[in-house]
Amino acid sequence: MSALDALRGWPPPVLDPAGPFAGPVTTVAWVLFAMGAVVLAIVLVATAAALFGPRRWRARLGGERLVWLGGFAFPVVVLTGLLIYGLTLTRDLSAPPAPGEVRVRVTGEMWWWRVGYLDARGGEAFQDANQIHIPPRAPVVLELEAADVIHSLWIPRLAGKLDMIPGRRNILRLQADRPGVYAAQCAEFCGGPHALMGLVVVAHEPRAYAAWQARQGRPATPLPSRGAEVFAAAGCGACHTVRGTAANGLAGPDLTHIGSRRTLGAGILPNHQGTLAAWVADSQALKPGNRMPAYPVLSGRDLRALAAYLEALK
Amino acid sequence: MRRWDGLCAGASAVILAAGLLAACADKGLPPRQLAGADPERGREIARRAACGACHDIPGVDWPKGRTGGSLAGFASRPLIAGRVPNQPQTLVRWLRDPSAIAPETGMPAVPLTTAEARDVAAFLYTLQ
Repeated sequence: MSALDALRGWPPPVLDPAGPFAGPVTTVAWVLFAMGAVVLAIVLVATAAALFGPRRWRARLGGERLVWLGGFAFPVVVLTGLLIYGLTLTRDLSAPPAPGEVRVRVTGEMWWWRVGYLDARGGEAFQDANQIHIPPRAPVVLELEAADVIHSLWIPRLAGKLDMIPGRRNILRLQADRPGVYAAQCAEFCGGPHALMGLVVVAHEPRAYAAWQARQGRPATPLPSRGAEVFAAAGCGACHTVRGTAANGLAGPDLTHIGSRRTLGAGILPNHQGTLAAWVADSQALKPGNRMPAYPVLSGRDLRALAAYLEALK
Repeated sequence: MRRWDGLCAGASAVILAAGLLAACADKGLPPRQLAGADPERGREIARRAACGACHDIPGVDWPKGRTGGSLAGFASRPLIAGRVPNQPQTLVRWLRDPSAIAPETGMPAVPLTTAEARDVAAFLYTLQ
């Protein structure tokens, strides 16, 4: 599954909640939809009565009383009621983190997601990109930030949308009831390839989650290879970090375990040697405007060696 | 007697010519059938594996990469990647590990099983 599936499929992911923090949002959506339908029906009936009804009905509809009641009192009461109902239902979605909760800091960047896993004291244990791993059946606190412009994280099946605003930290809770892969998408236009800014959330069984966490926290242990030489010689380390090697750039995604990611290019491509080579050679053809330049300077052999090196960073 | 020889010679010539023509016809239409392979399944596999990350593939909307060149008209190309004869078995081997055939190629081994590679090859032979 890629992030492009965030909005596709049947039932529509947005109406198919998979956790307790998405459920209330869907309920509110259905209630609003139902209320809208009721109001529309009333208006249509009133219009029909005004056009075709007996004289007595039309006289009533034309009175000032109806304007006050139907045009003022009714919307005020109904909309206030809906607002209070919606806020009660969703008020727990943004509560600050409690001790012991899993915390993940997600920073929106043009046009990818920096994902930092926080330890108990709130420091960053390690960094990853473009996917969020969570244990199932436990609330996870996402601290949303932005590095440049406003982005918005939207994981339709797990939570409502929440903006990522430069200089602010917004809290979004999510929980997956079952292990699985959930697609997400940037939901606030953030320039150029905004539509290709996706993400996947992977909910693991608890034991698999612990194993993933242990693996992810370790530095990479690449063997000397042609691909490692190409990586160093092409200057990839100026923008990318591979923990355990000399590469320590911060501008782009951490690549320490890129081989274990499901997707490439922020949720848009499957991840294998073919797409890795394609991305390095000419990411501009795949995601026009993204910050990584094309590399028309690598030979076929070097490109393959580099793709093999990256794929092996599991 | 001489007339009989002439007739024989003529008949042989006709048979020979027919045989040659038939041979030519055989060579003109190389069999590019892959028994049991399904082009439609192949198209779906090519889409899922994102072959389009490097190739512009008719029938696959996105992506449209530029690294490997367009695959439009692949069925009528005499060579694969300008290097080896465009024959089904070679193509299946190429799809699974191009560098075993052409060490200088930039195309990495794509994670496809032989059955999947056969489907993709069948799909590529639909690109007239």
